[in-house]
Amino acid sequence: MNLYNRRILINRLGIGLSMLAMAFGLLALLWILFTLFSKGFAVLSWDFFTLDTPAPGNEGGGMRNAIVGSLMIIGVTTCVSTPIGILAGIYLAEYGATSKFAAATRFVVDIMLSAPSIAIGLFIYALMVETMGGFSGWAGSVALSLIAIPVVVRTTENMLKLVPPTLREAAFALGAPRWRVSLSVTLRSVKAGVVTGVLLAIARVTGETAPLLFTALNNQFFSTDMSEPMGNLPVVIFQFAMSPYDNWNSLAWGGALLIALLVLAMNIGARLMFRANDKK
Amino acid sequence: MSTNDVELRQDIALQVRNLNFYYGNFKGLKGINLDIERHRVTAFIGPSGCGKSTLLRTFNRMFDLYPGQRAEGEIIFNGKNILDKKQDVNLVRAKIGMVFQKPTPFPMSIYENIAFGVRLYEKLSTPEMNDRVEWALRKAALWDEVKGKLQQSGLSLSGGQQQRLCIARAVAVKPEVVLLDEPTSALDPISTAKVEELIYELKSEYTIAIVTHNMQQAARISDYTAFMYLGDLIEFGATDQMFIKPQQKQTEEYITGRFG
Amino acid sequence: MDPATMVGQVSSMVGKSMEQTDVHSARVKVFQWQDGVFHKVTLLFALLVLAGLFGILVSLAIEAIPALREFGPSFVWTNVWNVPEEKFGAVIAIYGTVVTSLIALFIAVPVSFGIALFLTETCPAWLRRPLGTAIELLAGVPSIIYGIWGLFIFAPLFSEHVQPYLQGAFGSIPVVGGWFSGPPIGIGILAAGIVLALMVIPFIASVMRDVFETVPSVLKESAYGVGCTTWEVVWNVVLPYTRVGVVGGVMLGLGRALGETMAVTFVIGNANRITGSLFAPGNSIASVLANEFGEASPGLHVSSLFALGLVLFVITFIVLSLSRWLIRRGTVKQGH
Repeated sequence: MNLYNRRILINRLGIGLSMLAMAFGLLALLWILFTLFSKGFAVLSWDFFTLDTPAPGNEGGGMRNAIVGSLMIIGVTTCVSTPIGILAGIYLAEYGATSKFAAATRFVVDIMLSAPSIAIGLFIYALMVETMGGFSGWAGSVALSLIAIPVVVRTTENMLKLVPPTLREAAFALGAPRWRVSLSVTLRSVKAGVVTGVLLAIARVTGETAPLLFTALNNQFFSTDMSEPMGNLPVVIFQFAMSPYDNWNSLAWGGALLIALLVLAMNIGARLMFRANDKK
Repeated sequence: MSTNDVELRQDIALQVRNLNFYYGNFKGLKGINLDIERHRVTAFIGPSGCGKSTLLRTFNRMFDLYPGQRAEGEIIFNGKNILDKKQDVNLVRAKIGMVFQKPTPFPMSIYENIAFGVRLYEKLSTPEMNDRVEWALRKAALWDEVKGKLQQSGLSLSGGQQQRLCIARAVAVKPEVVLLDEPTSALDPISTAKVEELIYELKSEYTIAIVTHNMQQAARISDYTAFMYLGDLIEFGATDQMFIKPQQKQTEEYITGRFG
Repeated sequence: MDPATMVGQVSSMVGKSMEQTDVHSARVKVFQWQDGVFHKVTLLFALLVLAGLFGILVSLAIEAIPALREFGPSFVWTNVWNVPEEKFGAVIAIYGTVVTSLIALFIAVPVSFGIALFLTETCPAWLRRPLGTAIELLAGVPSIIYGIWGLFIFAPLFSEHVQPYLQGAFGSIPVVGGWFSGPPIGIGILAAGIVLALMVIPFIASVMRDVFETVPSVLKESAYGVGCTTWEVVWNVVLPYTRVGVVGGVMLGLGRALGETMAVTFVIGNANRITGSLFAPGNSIASVLANEFGEASPGLHVSSLFALGLVLFVITFIVLSLSRWLIRRGTVKQGH
């Protein structure tokens, strides 16, 4: 075989393998989604949304308590992490160009974006559960906030950095104080991007299980009291999937499908929104 | 124009004395001395990188936003040195407005774009504010085009309209000086003509300093012209004088298009 | 206009503007105060983020004190995890964590490289965006989904179709055969590693794609210009140029894999021992925590679990810092 043919062959092989890799990645996604639908779709009945989680050995049941619990925990997480994340992001974009402290904060944010979420669960256990007398929905929300905040900080800062400098200068040129420039002009001009960041953060924490194991724990019964242990989808899925009961297993599939749909919808929604705004 | 003439001094809006400007270690302006006359249009021309925009941005201390940039010397405005660290920048900027190369409408309605700056320093009732918005938009010759859609986003206007909105916004706060940094370089010829007309109208009430890369524009609209090159003020004088009979060789070469 | 009236006009104007200036001065004082508050408030929230990380480190360390006092530094390398006898050491869990992560990288790195190569070099333009988005969406799938899928779908198939084949192919080779010995029950270290690989592929692929895109097109064009094939351009131009960033991306994937709980816990088998076989069930740090923390009795057991958490956090902290440093260095160099 001459050199030229050999080079062509290696090229074809390399390209072929890269296509195979792409196909592998896509197939994995499709396979997982397909299984989720085939196992979970039948479970998503009226009962699934209106009945509470069944006791061991009981037939039937649903996920009402877990769904409501998850919504409440994530709702509180959103309310806590959005302002904190945005204000911290503003700090980094507005005052953080040169300061060492900002550089350190940026570093910490990057680490926290990928930090083991179970360690965050342990931290909140030590901080809130041990000291405040037990597992609670509040503790779960705080743990999830620690995961969501870095996402919001990162996107807020990145978005603010994209604002053309002349827009800020134009506001300063009117004699506006920094806080007005920041909130009324700069932040407002990247509203869509920041909302995207918040959506991505919610999507991220919606499926998080590990930090809730030691904080919100679980509650077999319907409860809207955030200071008590609280049922939530991820932990119920974990417990039910690991259990020997068939109906628990299938409920777990239903819950997994629900979560996956929510997360995908939020991810796609965030992208569409950002893109639509980009075009404008 | 000699500076020891007291009577004439009253007629000067900005007095620049021994102004040096640094980007880090790079000296962007070298010992500039210049008087900007009240209620006149002063144009700054020169090849790009000559320091004309830099000079304009010292008049409202815009460079303060960027660490590493600093100015030395004096710019006297209403008897006070703008460059004095103790001088509050917001105060300076409320009296010295600025319009930029690209239109910079704020992400809010046309009405709010105008009202934003006014509300910063004045408490007006709703009718008063409505009057002020209309007044400013009329000044900028934009009122007839937008009066029916004041609540629409400022971003919905065309480029030329956006630029006039920015001029209206600068005028609305009733500054003494308006700085224009290549205000027409992003506009089409028709919009450019409108803005130039506007500048001519505005000089009866405001002192105007304009940076332009377009010599014909400088010749058309300005009373005084400053030619700058590599951070130096090469020549400064009445516009007709300068374009008909420049004193310096470099000025002549630039004006006649031999370099630039 | 004669000079006298002009001067008069001007001075009246100056007088008026001074009056206005006083009103302005008052507003400016308010602004200075507000700006000070704004600065402090945003600073406070940035501080809060910083405090989060230190809080984690400090609280884990404090809670780990009883265990570390009891077992000393040898906690980290002791091969025992006996709950009834309250004898604890970290090495079983560290072994499980590291081995599953390495298996994951072994699979994920070449696949991610292939995906990134495809997306940046050979993919038709109209497919680039949808496929890229699909990969990003895959990165957003919660890890519990990978876990439950691994347990119910992957593990049975794996034990029935793949493991016997692996044993047949490699079983008789010394050393390597040992990796594939033992009953093919599906769940175990290897299964956990594979599920983990699926989970980190999108992360690594996205970073690789991003750094590949930083290669200036002139550079690639000049290589194509001398007659290089696509593969040669990638291998000899793109990869050397982006080496630092690629390694950073791999480290990011490693950081994710080390700290992952749910994708591993479902399929690793939850057994506190080290065997040479990859088929055997084991435990990672995160899976031990997920399985035991809820029922652990206060005292040495809980404290040892905190110590494990501390070990995990420190390891991932180092890996992630390194990754960030490399990715930054990679993109800064290419930014010039």
